[in-house]
Parts: sequence; C-alpha cells; structure tokens
Amino acid sequence: MHLSNLWYLIVALFWVGFFVLEGFDFGVGMLHAFVGKTDVERRVAVNSIGPFWDGNEVWLIVGGAAIFAAFPGWYATMFSTFYLPLVVVLVALIVRGVSFEFHRKVADARWRAVWRWSLTIGSALIPLLLGTALGDLLHGLPIDKAHNYTGSFFGLLVPFGLFTGITLTVVCLFLGSTYLTLKTTDELHDRISHLSGRIGWAAAVLVWIFVTWAHIGLGKGFVPNPLDAVAVMAAFAAAWLAVVEEEGWAFSAACLTIASAVGSIFFDLYPHVMVSTTSAAYTLTVANTASPSYTLTVMTVVAVVFFPVVLVYQAWNFWVFRSRIRSPRVGASTSSTDAGEAMTASPAGGGQRPSDGK
Amino acid sequence: MTTDLARWQFATTSIYHFLFIPVTIGLAFLVALLQTTWYRNDNPMYRRLTRFFGTLLLINVAVGVVTGMVQEFQFGMNWSVYSRVVGNVFGGPLAMEGLLAFFLESTFLGLWIFGWDRLPKKVHLACIWLVAGATMLSAAFIMAANSWMQHPVGYVMNARHQPVLTDIWALFTNPVFLWGYVHVLLASLVTGALVMLAVSAWQIRKEREVEAFRRTAVISMIVLLPTVVLALFVGSELGVIEGTYQPMKIAAAEAQWNTCTHCSFSAFQIGSGENDQSPTQIFSIPGLLSVLATNHLNGEVKGLNQLQAEDVKKYGPGNYIPNVFIQYWSMRVMAYLAALVTAFSLWGVWLLRRRKLERAKWFLRIAPWVVVAPFLMNTAGWMLTESGRQPWIVQGLMKTANAASPNVTSTDLWISLVVFVLLYIALGAADGYLMIHYGRKHLASDTEEEDHRPEDGEQPSTDRSERHEDDRLPALVY
Repeated sequence: MHLSNLWYLIVALFWVGFFVLEGFDFGVGMLHAFVGKTDVERRVAVNSIGPFWDGNEVWLIVGGAAIFAAFPGWYATMFSTFYLPLVVVLVALIVRGVSFEFHRKVADARWRAVWRWSLTIGSALIPLLLGTALGDLLHGLPIDKAHNYTGSFFGLLVPFGLFTGITLTVVCLFLGSTYLTLKTTDELHDRISHLSGRIGWAAAVLVWIFVTWAHIGLGKGFVPNPLDAVAVMAAFAAAWLAVVEEEGWAFSAACLTIASAVGSIFFDLYPHVMVSTTSAAYTLTVANTASPSYTLTVMTVVAVVFFPVVLVYQAWNFWVFRSRIRSPRVGASTSSTDAGEAMTASPAGGGQRPSDGK
Repeated sequence: MTTDLARWQFATTSIYHFLFIPVTIGLAFLVALLQTTWYRNDNPMYRRLTRFFGTLLLINVAVGVVTGMVQEFQFGMNWSVYSRVVGNVFGGPLAMEGLLAFFLESTFLGLWIFGWDRLPKKVHLACIWLVAGATMLSAAFIMAANSWMQHPVGYVMNARHQPVLTDIWALFTNPVFLWGYVHVLLASLVTGALVMLAVSAWQIRKEREVEAFRRTAVISMIVLLPTVVLALFVGSELGVIEGTYQPMKIAAAEAQWNTCTHCSFSAFQIGSGENDQSPTQIFSIPGLLSVLATNHLNGEVKGLNQLQAEDVKKYGPGNYIPNVFIQYWSMRVMAYLAALVTAFSLWGVWLLRRRKLERAKWFLRIAPWVVVAPFLMNTAGWMLTESGRQPWIVQGLMKTANAASPNVTSTDLWISLVVFVLLYIALGAADGYLMIHYGRKHLASDTEEEDHRPEDGEQPSTDRSERHEDDRLPALVY
C-alpha cells in the first residue's frame, strides 16, 4: 500500500475521531442552555465536558494539519474554497472556546448570557458547517484545472451538503444527550433522558435519508457500503436504547452512528478527495494531491510513534473523570435568581442518584 | 489588492495571537514553579498562589488557544498557492505540533484544572509541568516552520521548480531556528515574569498579603533578570545570523543604504521615510552597527542599494527592499525597551538585596506599567523578522505576491478582516478586564484551600470550601 493511501486513512480517522469526541461535546454545548433550568444545572452540563472538550478539539486541528502535511493540494483547495464558511467556523470555535473559561468568571446575568449563547450557537454552527463541507466534497463543486474553486459562496450551499450538515448536527445533538444521561443525576438527568429518546428517532431518520441520498442520489449504486449499513442500524438501535434508558449502550451506539456516518463519507469519496463538477479530469485525488514519499515517511514515523501515546493519555483523562457529576443541592440556595450564589452554594450529598451506569 | 488584504489579515491575527502566547509560555512555567514549591514545602500559601496565578494563566490560555486555530486555518484559506507548493515541507512541523504539543497541552490542562482534588499531588504537579513543557514544544515546531521561511533548508527543487523536503532534521538544526527559538522562549519568560511582577507589585502596594506576594515578586525577578539579559545577547546573535541569510533585513533595520565598514549605529534618526536615503542621524555610535551585524568592529555591512542590485541580477527585476521604516523602528523599539526592562529588573534586584522592596513606593508604582513593555517588544520583534523577509514569503524561493489564494476575492477578505478585527477587539476587552479583575482580587484564604480528596475514588464531598471562590467549582463537582 502506498503511503498516501495510509495517510488518507489517517486523515479520515482524525475526522471520524473529531466528530465522535467533539460530537458529544457539541451536543452538550447545544443542549446545556435548554436542559439546564438553573445556572447550577447548566454548569453541571458544561462541566461534564470541561476536562475533555479542548483535547477533543485538537482532533480537528490535527485533522486539518494532517491534510496540510500529507495532501497540500487538498488542503489548499479545500480551505480556500470554503473561505467564508470557515471564517464562521473560526468565529464559532473562538467564542465557544473562550466561553468555557470566561463564563463563570463574572457573576453578572448579562455576561453569563453572552457566553451561554456563544457556547450554544457555536456548538451548533461548527458541525453544521463542517458537515456541509464534507457533504460538498463528496457531491462535488466547480473546480478548475488549477484546482481552484470557481463558484461563489452560494455555490457552496449544495442541498446534499446542507443535508449532510444538518444530519451530523442532529446526530451530535443526540450523542450529546446520551452522554449527558451518563454524567448527570436527579431531575436534570431525567429531563435529558426523556429528551434523548425523542432526538434519537429524529437522528435515526436523518441518517437513513442521508445514506439513501448519498447512494442513489449521487449515483453510488443501490448497494450501501458496509459503513452506511452500520450507520443506519446503529442509529435506530441507539434511538431505541435511549428510549429504554440503556444509557451506556445508547451512548456507544450513538458513537458508532456518527463514526460510521462520517466514515462512510470518506469511504465513498476515496480515491478522490474533492470532486470537480466541471470536469472529471480536474477532480482532486489522493494521488494528485499527496506530498512526496519522503514527507509521508517522516510523518508516518511520527504518527506511529506518538499517536498511540496520545490515545493512552486521552483515555486516561476520560478514566479519571469518568464518574457522574452531582448537582449541588439546589435547595441549599435560597435565591435562585442570584446565579453567583447558587453556583457557590454548598453542595451537600446531592440526593439520590441512579447507580453508575458507566 | 487581495495580497495586501491577506497580508493585513495575517499580520493582524498573528500579532494578536502572539500577545497571548508569551504570557502562556512564561506564566505556565512560573505557575509550575509555584506548585513545585508547594509540593516540596507543603506551605499552603504556595498552593494559594498557584491557584491565583493559575487563574490568570487560564484566562490567557483560553484566548491563545482559540486564536491559534485561525493561524492554522489561514494558510490554506488565504495562502493556497503557498500551501500547495510548500505544504510538503511547511505542513510537517505544523502537523507535528498538533500531534506532539497540542494534544499534550490540552489534555493535561484539562486534568490540571479539574484534577486538584482528584489526582495525587505528585501526578497533579506533573500535569502542570507537562502543560508548561507542551507550550514550549509547540513554539519549537512553529518556529522551525517559520525559520524555514526565513532560511529554507533541507529541500531540493523538483522539475516543476517546487521545493521538496529531503531532510527533516535540517529544519530543526537550522541556525535561524535554534537562535530564534531560544530568543522566543527567553522573551516569553520575560513576559510571564513581568506579568507576575506587575500583579505582585500592585498587591504589595495595596498591602494585601504582602508576605505571599513578596515571594512571587522575588520569584519573578529571579526569572526576569537572567532571561532579559540573555534575550538581549541571543537576539543580537540572531541578528548576525539573519544578516548572513537575509542581509536585506539587517541593512533595512539600520537604514544602511550604502555599503560600509566600521559602520556606525544611529540611536535615532529623523526623516527616515521608506525611501529617504539621507535621513538626519542622531547619536551615531561608531562601529556599533558592524559589531551588531557581523560581531567585528570593522565588519562590512552591505547597503540596501548594493543588495538591491545583487538581487535584481539574481532574481530578475523587482524591488527587494523591505519597508525600511518598519525595520528601523521595530528594531529600536525592541532593543531600547529591552535595555529599560534590564535596568528596571536591576533596580528590583537591588531593592531586594537591600530588603526594601515592600517599601519601595516608586518601584511598586511603576511595575504594573512596565508590563506593557514586553508586549511592545514581542510585537516589534515579529514585525522586524516578518516584514524584513518581504518581498519574499519564503526567502529566495517564493514571493509573497505569488502566494495568495487566487479564488478568494477582496470582498471575502474585507468580510473576514472586519469580522476578525471586531471579534478580537471584543475578546481583548473581555480578556483585559478579566486579567485586571483577577489580578486585583484578594488571595483566597487558607480555609478555602483545605485539601479534601475524595475517599476511595468516590465523589469528593463538596460541602466545604466552595463558599466564595466561584472558580473552584469545577474541581468540586466532579
């Protein structure tokens, strides 16, 4: 196997990893403003991803940088093509990223509202736009001989791309809800659990349409690729598991859903990396965008040596913070309007909590 | 037009990003030092100080991290021709930075923030050192990539006249990288130390916890004095090295239009416009320029006019002279401020030796303002090195004018530039507000800092100690 194919696999792995890991924290980000009735509940939801979100986001950065190093031609075309959407993605990443740190630093309702909505909206926009971009790669865009995009901003809003974005966003939402059912207790837990079952069915239906559209609509034939089949089955299984409150299994199945849905995009795309609708001859491929073999060899050595280490310490991070987060007892705070006080109210036992499912 | 806008955007976002990075690198190191002291002597005061400065560190890291992503994306968004042509060389260190440094930094930062009550003391201490190390490692990769643009090494040109990487080690043994990296690390430690000193001085002057903040003042001065002196020497040596590979950069920094030996250094000059070849020089110091540029009193420094003629012969017609005004003044802003900071830190050390620091009104009053200096120096340093590379994006290999994305329109660029500038102003205001607010906060008291590690891996009991300090919540609810 030529190293460029291995690197295509590695790039795909990073994007799949990004959508699984940051997927659940996007979901939590979108949900926290709605499922949390008080500042404390919202804080519990946000803290469930507190130790992880930053490390999860690095999967995107490395996914992008891996494309840069291994497929400079692909990186150049893709990032310049999606110029304005990426500006929005960056703005969303910025406001969302600082919100984790800034939010609780000032006990003022307006200040907190700004960062709460930064996190909520940012968490929705990123998967929506990146998902749209992935869909566009597969659908194809007008790209000329010099591998430059020739359309306008509106040309990027391809229906299939948008649908991919919406699907992935809803799957992230569902993933986040299953994650939260594993990390919360009491009323907050029950509220999320109820919601999770409903979102699950919507996600499953969207995944099913997405797969069908990708195959029949884009002329990939009637036989779904194995990942597509897995995605649909996992999506419906996850929805059902969420309804019957098999929380650990529902979360696992939701992870599998998003992994196989994103994976299937890369599966269908190969050996292309960006399809040109102008002429098949101008399509960017693994072969015509890859770095020379020396660069790929160096990068392979680096990845083989260091990536397993990364996996080990990221896994350890998840292990350290594996338990549920208890809400501080809400009753302990007399004034629910004073967010600052409620946040710092002495949290006692936290009442009953369901047995640890994880 | 689009190239100019793309340059403006890159310059703006990079300069902004680098306001936060040196604070992160410097403060992470200093916070790790504080926590190590606490680990060793078990004095709760150091734990309180670790948390206090840790909060300032985290406020900075938040902005540093997110603005870094803009840089990472921008190569492809704005400089697609550049990315396509040199990605096989330049992309490598960036991918390594992500894999080796960003994962480390982000994961262990999460563990450090939330791990106060969850992790054994020793492991928790290791987390902050890994974060500090990762920030420095990250700078190494980005400096290796940047140094390649200043002095490309380890490649051959292929048939299509594009550089192809042949030796990755050459990027990490590049003299511009080695000296530039050390210079950046020293500058970061200077920045971090001055931030810590500014906060400590303000707190001492307000007579709050004088004993505690006197110690951080001492620690920051112990770090500050050697690093600022070393930064001056390393920076000067870096100038000699860059002068070898980028003679234009140094000639422009001295506004030296014609070749000279035993060249004098002008402290100030008037009328030093971009194309003014005979400005009025004030305070000329004979021979100093030769020493700075070549390490020899009688060394020859080539003039801009001669270098221009050479470059035209070598690369064809064009203007190869960087912006002389920017070069001349950014060099001086950096050097003069460094001299002032050196004098300031000598003053501080003298006060310490005389045991008069707590009562030295003027010193304590000035220290919070000195913190502005490192930011100006860092910015000037980058302007010197990046503007001095022009008109090249990769010295001698590729011009900036040929590197921008052809399909990105000036409308696109105006939108993104305005969006980033507005967002960065808002972010800067929020960050500045928080830094000042938290820098002026009272040090959390001892009772709030009681250790309450959970028994047998269960939830920590959270009924104490969370009464006042909002930012302690994360560690407790886990």
